[in-house]
Amino acid sequence: MDATVTTDTLLEVRDVRQAYHKDASADLVVLEGVNLTIRAGEIVGLLGRSGSGKSTLLRIVAGLLPPTGGEVFWRGRPLRGPADGVAMVFQSFALFPWLTVRENVELGLEAQGVPRAERAARAEQAIDLIGLGGYDAAYPKELSGGMRQRVGLARALVVHPDLLLMDEPFSALDVLTAETLRTDLIDLWSEKRLPIKSMLMVTHNIEEAVLMCDRVLVFSANPGRVASELAIGFAHPRDRHDGAFRQRVDDIYGLMTRRPVQRAAAAALPPAFGTALHPVSTNLLAGLTETLAGQPYNGRADLPPLAAALQLEADELLPLGETLQLLRFAVLEEGDIRLTESGRQFVEADIEQRKRLFAQALLAHVPLLATIRQILETRPNHRASALRFRDELEDHMSPDYADDTLRAVVSWGRYAELFSYDEEEQQFSIEDET
Amino acid sequence: MSDTAYPAIAAGRRWPNLWDAAALLCVFGMLIAVANVARGTFAPLSNPEAVTISLDPAHLPAYAVRTTLRMFAALLASLLFTFTYATFAAKSRRARLILIPVLDILQSVPILGFLSFTVVFFMSLFPGSVLGVELAAIFAIFTSQAWNMAFSMYQSLVTVPGDLDEAARSFRLTAWQRFWRLEVPFAVPGLVWNTMMSMSGGWFFVVASEAISVGNTTWKLPGIGSYVALALEKRDIVAVGWAILAMLVVILAYDQLLFRPLVAWSAKFRFETTASAAAADPWLLALLRRTHLLRVAGEWLGGRLAAIGGAPLRLLPARRRGVRGQASRLGDAIWAVLLAAAVALAVWRIVTFVSGALAWPDVAEAFVLGCFTMLRVGVLMVLASAIWVPIGVWIGLRPYWARRVQPLAQFLAAFPANLLFPVFVVVIVRYALNVDIWLTPLMVLGTQWYILFNVIAGAAAFPGDLREAAANFRVGGWLWWRRVILPGIFPYYVTGAITASGGSWNAAIVAEVAAWGDQKLTAHGLGAYIAAATDAGNTAQIVLGVTVMSVFVLLFNRVLWRPLYAYAGRRLTFA
Repeated sequence: MDATVTTDTLLEVRDVRQAYHKDASADLVVLEGVNLTIRAGEIVGLLGRSGSGKSTLLRIVAGLLPPTGGEVFWRGRPLRGPADGVAMVFQSFALFPWLTVRENVELGLEAQGVPRAERAARAEQAIDLIGLGGYDAAYPKELSGGMRQRVGLARALVVHPDLLLMDEPFSALDVLTAETLRTDLIDLWSEKRLPIKSMLMVTHNIEEAVLMCDRVLVFSANPGRVASELAIGFAHPRDRHDGAFRQRVDDIYGLMTRRPVQRAAAAALPPAFGTALHPVSTNLLAGLTETLAGQPYNGRADLPPLAAALQLEADELLPLGETLQLLRFAVLEEGDIRLTESGRQFVEADIEQRKRLFAQALLAHVPLLATIRQILETRPNHRASALRFRDELEDHMSPDYADDTLRAVVSWGRYAELFSYDEEEQQFSIEDET
Repeated sequence: MSDTAYPAIAAGRRWPNLWDAAALLCVFGMLIAVANVARGTFAPLSNPEAVTISLDPAHLPAYAVRTTLRMFAALLASLLFTFTYATFAAKSRRARLILIPVLDILQSVPILGFLSFTVVFFMSLFPGSVLGVELAAIFAIFTSQAWNMAFSMYQSLVTVPGDLDEAARSFRLTAWQRFWRLEVPFAVPGLVWNTMMSMSGGWFFVVASEAISVGNTTWKLPGIGSYVALALEKRDIVAVGWAILAMLVVILAYDQLLFRPLVAWSAKFRFETTASAAAADPWLLALLRRTHLLRVAGEWLGGRLAAIGGAPLRLLPARRRGVRGQASRLGDAIWAVLLAAAVALAVWRIVTFVSGALAWPDVAEAFVLGCFTMLRVGVLMVLASAIWVPIGVWIGLRPYWARRVQPLAQFLAAFPANLLFPVFVVVIVRYALNVDIWLTPLMVLGTQWYILFNVIAGAAAFPGDLREAAANFRVGGWLWWRRVILPGIFPYYVTGAITASGGSWNAAIVAEVAAWGDQKLTAHGLGAYIAAATDAGNTAQIVLGVTVMSVFVLLFNRVLWRPLYAYAGRRLTFA
């Protein structure tokens, strides 16, 4: 479009910051100090846990969300709103259910005012390229998940974008379908048949990132920032079972389980409202400790094979591991998880003892639960509204995190019988024990 | 929740707030302004050329066509209103603050009570021509549909799925394309359903508005409604029978030719990711789809329309992201001043009006009569529920019967019950029954079917595994009702009951007063009060009656139905 721009740098993100404005007190920072450059001819992956702001960054790059700070340059010019030459593929596919496959694919061209005949020709090309031939007249709901995401890809490719953005494009698909789609896409890319210059994809799947990307940015959470950047540097097609490949996956697991330095050095007991909790089910926690204690792990497991054996994504396994670590039932170290002594006790206990051990661990190591319990005990009526805790949490974290944390507290507290919770009234209470 | 439930009235805020008050004032200020115009032009208005209605059944088909055309005209007007009003409310933060409460109030105003004003108002726009009366009738039908439809559209617009919104933005659809490609399709299922539900009110209003008398002048428009009115004057029960028959045919045609195909077609816009068991196409849609010529014509037309919707038109220059703070605050200030001026004007209108014509005893009387009518509505809802819930559950749990009864119940709900009033009136007159008691069932005559068919839908959708579990644990008798089926159908029941109770309030205006020839039956109630004031041409009392009734309806909805609906949505749905 612009002949004066000769550099092959497509996108430049400079010191971008994204924050919610929460009343007068303080801004909640979702992204902080993010820098990113994308050149022509590369696939870049944004890897991180859910809530680490990587999807937010993708939306900023897409022009869907203006950053609160910093600047984004698209082909050398400041980005203002969705740009020409950027197209996006959505995790949920975002297909219009009332449009046929062909009409969905033509949507972007229609918006550009491309004449009807050319639209049809280009749509057909994209549909054939992505392996959707014969499905033109079908409606999305008639298609399987994999076919739907192919429509999503065709719809993005048909506008011949320079940069293709993908927001966890395969995470809503089953394992086999996702693998087929990845391979197809990478094959087309390697054969240079895709009408695009670069790809930027968000994923929480470590293997996917190592399989597809040339460069991976690992995000840490709360606030989201780029924790590290790695070049993958293997040629396509890549072999998952190759030793170097496995090593790279292992490295990234290590990076993602590394605790932020400043937090480890901080005071022994973090403030009650400062720590976000993952609302993981107590059944899963118990199940994981049992698995670790049993064969073949005998108390210690390497995370990538463990995730594979349990059919969990890194994004699902890590919150479990971290919660166990929080309760001192396990330790995460260098991509491994190791059961502690109290973790073993928990495994060997019966139902009632488990509840007791869990309650002890919660009171000792989760200040928020200890605080709630203490407030309930000191109040004459033994009741407390959840709203005030949510408000206080929201002073320290985003509303989504506060929500998650509160759900975790309710679910764990109920299991440990530390209090009961009335959903209708949003109220914690304990029975009068006198 | 259910496939059938999109009650526009049930959503939204629960407790009245400042904006509601502003809206209430604006709405009534406007109504009073209309009333004043009407009063001012009342005297010099000449009677338009007298329309003679014939009771010969041979004329009925022509009358039926006239009535149907009025319905279509009103539907078109409602659609235009919906697309503009709802869109404006959804797009503009400032407009939304006042437009939505106004809509909410309008939903509760029994416009039937204002029929005489609207007639005079429209006639003053077209003096000496029958067009004014036509427009007034169309306006009455419009008021029975438009609010509901606009609400449904608004709700769809503000709940457009986030990912589709992002897709539309990232592909840079223009506002025009976005409207036709994303927003309207997303709104279609709810809109079609609400339109169909409002149709019943529409038929009711068209029948009521074709023969209007203000003071001692009566205007008649050729149509089924005026035919019935004449039959009542002439005490011709056979003619009433003919009219009922004609109405049945018209509604059947409307249902089969318009709404069945429309509902089936709108299923394609339903926002769901899984293919659900598709119901068989209604015969007309099947005909359209299978007949080659019709299909080609349909596709051609569809293609043209799609091209218009897809045209990259830009109505406004594309808005760029930029600094907005200052301009936005100035705009807010201007908007606030304008709104305050409108409210002040409305208050002034109301105050001058009230101080001139009304005294406290009037208000007290209207209030007491309102309590009577509320008692009626309450008792009727309880009775109708006691009868139709068990029957609906019985039918709904038997797919064979549900399939057959469901369309019938919907059909009965659409039938304008005021056509059936004469039959009741004849019986009451014959046996000299107590008017206060026996006129009451008329209010629920047309609206009870909403309870029936919603309960049927709820029972039919009740999960099979829960029924099996209940049977397995031998849960029976009253316990089964209390613990199993009643909570299961509750959201559906509330949906039906909301519609039924709203309809009953409206029906009160025509149901508390009935005539048979020169014999007049009047019950005690707010509806009768409004009707009597209309006959007497007493503007002040009409406004008072309508206001009091609106307040009653508003409170009934806010205090009873919405909390119930919210509770049902929170606790009694199958996640």
